[in-house]
Amino acid sequence: MSTTTTTPAPPGAPAAEERKGLGSRFNMNTLLVEGRALIALVIIIVIFAVMSDNYLTAGNLTTITKQVAFNAIVALGMLLVILNGGIDLSVGSIVGFTAAVAGNLFRGVHVPGTDLTMFPSLWVIIVLSLAIGMLVGWVNGLLIARLNLAPFIVTLGMLYVARGLTEVLLNGQNITNELTGQPGLNNTGFFEIFASKPLGLPLAAWVMIILAIIFSILLNRTPFGRWLYATGSNERAAQLSGVPVIRVKTLIYVLSGLCAAIVGILQMANISSATADLGTFYELNAIAAVVIGGAALSGGRGTVRGTIIGAFVIGFLANGLVIVGVSPFWQKVITGAVIILAVAVDQIQQIVQRRRSAARAVASAKAAAASRQSTDGTSPSS
Amino acid sequence: MSSEARVLDQHEVAPDDGAVVLQAVDIAKTYGVTRALKGVNFEVRRGKVTVLFGENGAGKSTLMKILSGVEKPSAGQLILDGEPVNLESTNDAVARGISIIHQELNLASNLSVRDNIFIGREIRTRTGAIDYGKEREITEQVMTRLEESISPNTLVQDLRVGQQQVVEIARALAADARILIMDEPTSALSATEVEVLFKVIRELKAHGVAIVYISHHLEEALEIADYAVVFRDGELVATEKAANIDLGWVVRQMVGREADYDFRDEPRDFGDVALSIQGVTVAEPDTGRVVVNNVSLDVRQGEIVCLYGLMGAGRTELMEALAGRDAISGGRVLLGDQDIRDLTIQERIAAGMGLVPEDRQRDGLIQMLSVGKNMSLPSLLSTVKSFFIARKIERENVDRQIADVRVKTTGQDALITSLSGGNQQKVVIGKILLTNPKVILLDEPTRGIDVGAKGEIFALLFREAKKGLAVLYVTSEVGEAITASHRLIVMSKGRLIREFDPRTATRDQIMAASGEHATHYDHEAAEGAHQ
Repeated sequence: MSTTTTTPAPPGAPAAEERKGLGSRFNMNTLLVEGRALIALVIIIVIFAVMSDNYLTAGNLTTITKQVAFNAIVALGMLLVILNGGIDLSVGSIVGFTAAVAGNLFRGVHVPGTDLTMFPSLWVIIVLSLAIGMLVGWVNGLLIARLNLAPFIVTLGMLYVARGLTEVLLNGQNITNELTGQPGLNNTGFFEIFASKPLGLPLAAWVMIILAIIFSILLNRTPFGRWLYATGSNERAAQLSGVPVIRVKTLIYVLSGLCAAIVGILQMANISSATADLGTFYELNAIAAVVIGGAALSGGRGTVRGTIIGAFVIGFLANGLVIVGVSPFWQKVITGAVIILAVAVDQIQQIVQRRRSAARAVASAKAAAASRQSTDGTSPSS
Repeated sequence: MSSEARVLDQHEVAPDDGAVVLQAVDIAKTYGVTRALKGVNFEVRRGKVTVLFGENGAGKSTLMKILSGVEKPSAGQLILDGEPVNLESTNDAVARGISIIHQELNLASNLSVRDNIFIGREIRTRTGAIDYGKEREITEQVMTRLEESISPNTLVQDLRVGQQQVVEIARALAADARILIMDEPTSALSATEVEVLFKVIRELKAHGVAIVYISHHLEEALEIADYAVVFRDGELVATEKAANIDLGWVVRQMVGREADYDFRDEPRDFGDVALSIQGVTVAEPDTGRVVVNNVSLDVRQGEIVCLYGLMGAGRTELMEALAGRDAISGGRVLLGDQDIRDLTIQERIAAGMGLVPEDRQRDGLIQMLSVGKNMSLPSLLSTVKSFFIARKIERENVDRQIADVRVKTTGQDALITSLSGGNQQKVVIGKILLTNPKVILLDEPTRGIDVGAKGEIFALLFREAKKGLAVLYVTSEVGEAITASHRLIVMSKGRLIREFDPRTATRDQIMAASGEHATHYDHEAAEGAHQ
């Protein structure tokens, strides 16, 4: 009477096939989720290319790519946080804060108690600024992972704190002229490097590509990546499997801070100054890119590839709307609608998928029962 | 008792036979590839207690979910008062007079008794505000009917568990429940509270309420039963009047094939002490209540020790503290010579001890990862070569382990959720075994698993034990405790009560030691004297 477990070949075979079907369909599904964003991207490009001759020009594509890169780099950090089931609202402020810190380092640091002012060299400035971004992220991470505070609240608070500190550092003045540096102070070359276009592509785009590759490897090839997906899907089970959930959680906010800091430096080079409102709303664009790219806000699902495509969807859409002359007010309405549409389609698709697989399972169970009844009439009771 | 039995013998015409109020016809339920119910026919009678027996995963809970509107059947029909019905939701079921009381109480502890009773269906005044006066009145009426002196304004968090259960029952009554489903209502109750509950149930019967009752405490459930229904592997295997049956009948119907696995004759060559628990005390972090009290226990290499106890005996708390999830507030735990009390979970796994948790879905599986990635998670670091996971090694390890613990799957890339409960559990055990542990802890390792898979899991554990693995597992199934352990220790109320040799121990001895409602044993003895 152990027919259900040690199944002989005939009833077991269809069930096994069924399972395989589910598995391969799941892969199809992930492909569709990302493919959908890609299809949206193609549609957007075609529509705007038809509507305007200026859309697909080399000059405009360079502009778009730069804008996409800024968003995509922030979004890569956001992806890690969202994979964990968290959220990082502070990244836009970290962008501004990093630029303000870097700008002030170019202006020189007054040594307290003396008349001396120290001028760090270019690369010291860059490293210190990135470290500041990571530090802010680390504080986020500690509060969230160690004290178990809600990521939404902690990073919302940090959004205000970092933005406020940016304004304190800038004190109402943009930093522009000092960024060029002085040969005597060994801090020149900022624009030459960070606003450069190696092989015709803006540096920001190169950084995006390199970070995308690194993050892709990080997520798919390292224990950290596996741990991140595991904690995002089921933190309790991951913890019992020996995953250092607190360390993972802390590290993702540090990396998110680092990504924002990189954008802070690049954006400062791009607009040639450190301003108090640099990076405002970047967090929202980043979240949108991650979500359009097929990630689940509840954690555990999402890819680097999808996130990059998501950033391109937003970038191409925003730029196209400007080029064809849609008013800025309607631009916001359309962008928002696209984000909601992307998530809604994702959700509907998953519901349909679930119903279908349930229906299939019922059908196969019925078939198995029928075949069992026809092959042997001796199933119940021992 | 015996005179009643005589009347009931002519059950076709017996005057006190309740009319059938609810009928399930050919009800089937499928989850993915798992068939939880395979065409069940079942009746609920007015003013009677129908008790559902069956092991974990036999299909009782699934049927209850269908009867209470939580789930819809994949096939079959429910008939209420002679009319076919489709229960769209729990609210729909409640509106038709069917209420369920779950094992885990469903109360808002920060609200008053009155608010809990009317939550979601508050009585309104004409202005739309809540009519507290009316609600209070009804609450008092219901409490009087239940002969309980609980004030409507008391906060639920200030009540004892038994009283909270009464509040749940009161809620069902206030909604005019004619059919009351109780899922393991006594699992968290003390013996006296069980008596109170049974008094309430008799009261409800007298008022014509039909009761469907699920319990793992067989004797206790028989005491209150009018009808007994037994489930096994998703099928209803027997229905009988309670007066015509005894405990032995229930057990025979339930397990049918208990002798499918019996490891009592396994060799007993144990090595050194692998795990030494010395005076361990665990307090609940929130309340400070001591849930594990000064427990000392050694497990030797190659030995399988079973902790038998009821829910709430402190077993899960002990296991989670040993695994490192909860803090140990007193005592020492030695793994070999190493004191592991201050190690993290990860360090304990590295030191050679891992836990297979009680709640597989919540604590055991990473639902979004594949079978393979679940399997390799705890041992992932051992496959790392200069920062990167060596995928080839990982996949080979996983494939070997899938074959070794006999997981039935289409391959390591299959979704973990596509497996049956038994195969999921083999993955959870397999992933700990992949870390090469010296000691494995298992909390209810066969929960929700069919009998065949149970035997396979114990065969696996005994095989590993022969190679020197020390096994400590917890169960609430006596049969399992006897047939699948080298040594059996009963735990109750946070303490180890008594040790048994499974080769000589009997069910009754073990259950008695666990404090399973001594009042009942008097009852059984009295019944025996009558016969």
